Amino acid sequence: MRRPMKDEIEVVDHNSDGIDRRGFLKCMAWAGTGTLCVIQGGVLKSFALSRVSQFREVAAKGELSFAQISDSHMGFNKPANTDVVSTLKAAVEKINALPNAPEFLLHTGDISHLSRPEEFDTVEEILKSASVKDVFYVPGEHDVTDGDGKQYLERYGKTAQAGGWYSFEKKGVHFVGLVNVMNLKAGGLGSLGAEQLEWIKKDLEPLTSSTPLVVFAHIPLWSVYPQWGWGTDDSAQALALLKRFGSVTVLNGHIHQTMQKVEGSITFHTAASTAFPQPAPGKADSPGPMKVPAEQLRELLGITDVNFVRGQQTLAVVDSNLT
Amino acid sequence: MLWKRDWIRRATLVGCAAIFFTGAGKVMTRAENAAAQSAEVKIDNFTFAPTTLTVAVGTTVKWVNRDDIPHTVVSEDKSTFKSKAMDTDDSFSYTFTKPGTYSYFCSIHPKMVAKVVVQ
Repeated sequence: MRRPMKDEIEVVDHNSDGIDRRGFLKCMAWAGTGTLCVIQGGVLKSFALSRVSQFREVAAKGELSFAQISDSHMGFNKPANTDVVSTLKAAVEKINALPNAPEFLLHTGDISHLSRPEEFDTVEEILKSASVKDVFYVPGEHDVTDGDGKQYLERYGKTAQAGGWYSFEKKGVHFVGLVNVMNLKAGGLGSLGAEQLEWIKKDLEPLTSSTPLVVFAHIPLWSVYPQWGWGTDDSAQALALLKRFGSVTVLNGHIHQTMQKVEGSITFHTAASTAFPQPAPGKADSPGPMKVPAEQLRELLGITDVNFVRGQQTLAVVDSNLT
Repeated sequence: MLWKRDWIRRATLVGCAAIFFTGAGKVMTRAENAAAQSAEVKIDNFTFAPTTLTVAVGTTVKWVNRDDIPHTVVSEDKSTFKSKAMDTDDSFSYTFTKPGTYSYFCSIHPKMVAKVVVQ
């Protein structure tokens, strides 16, 4: 168990107008709990789900909304959170309480803690009570600890490509689910691999550049903090394929905290975990589970809601905590 | 890791003493002596400790996960040795029978790298 060396909760907003001198926005909100995404003009806006009034306004305009949850780590039982079942249930309740029911749910990986069948079963059972039509998954490294991801692929890979990646369309938005937690190399970061990169290229080829894209994967596709493995070795090659599109949203998990960055037409967003928080980059001696006072825990866990508004080309992301 | 070197030295002394007391009329080969040796690598805070472990041929190395997150121990070539995911307090052992430098990592957190030097 670790405690952050200092600054248990920190908010970094590099520039209040959202653009720093390097031309991108980077904002970190440690007290996030879930995210509402609303697409507007190719720029991703995010609201804390505690700001429900804003969320209602945005959701009412949207043609498509979905929720993201991440890192449920079913099976984890250490002091940082001894009851990951109830915090996942709280996330589902939060989703079910949204003013507009989301179309579907994205789970961005680390469904299980140790890739055990009973852990996957428990998550599936809990998510059945979510008022959504579908649940889409991508694996986290904890879901493929058997090495070849057999457990995961047997459950969730049936309609996907052999490696587990896939894409689908919802109301004109193209969604791409990627796998960057397999075949990792010693000393390396997350990895997509040549085969998957080739598939992404082919998958995107027929799309017009005005098609809004939502790309989701477990490990961030941008370099959050490589010293802790928070990045993907070959993400630049994937991002190059996304550049021609006017509205791209990249949703990740893995780092157990919400963080956003806008770079050109690509907006990056990481979701909070439903299980336990992790320290801010470099703020502890390792990225392990962060023990926080019990009354603070649910403020640091959460869900993300994403709302797409056709015509405005803007994806709004709202993070909401479990309190 | 002074204590560890000390521990290995003690283990060696015990081994030698065993040869002295039980070896009446029998000369123990170096390999047999080494086979009795063991060493431990502790996994905690997303780190293998010690990062470089030097052992004699025949040493059995035991990795123990003291972290509150699962880890694996996988040789860099991914075939020489490969543990399953070890939860807290789980362990994995491998006996090194040939000299060489064995780099390994945690396949879940590949930034975690270390090596065993077998002499």
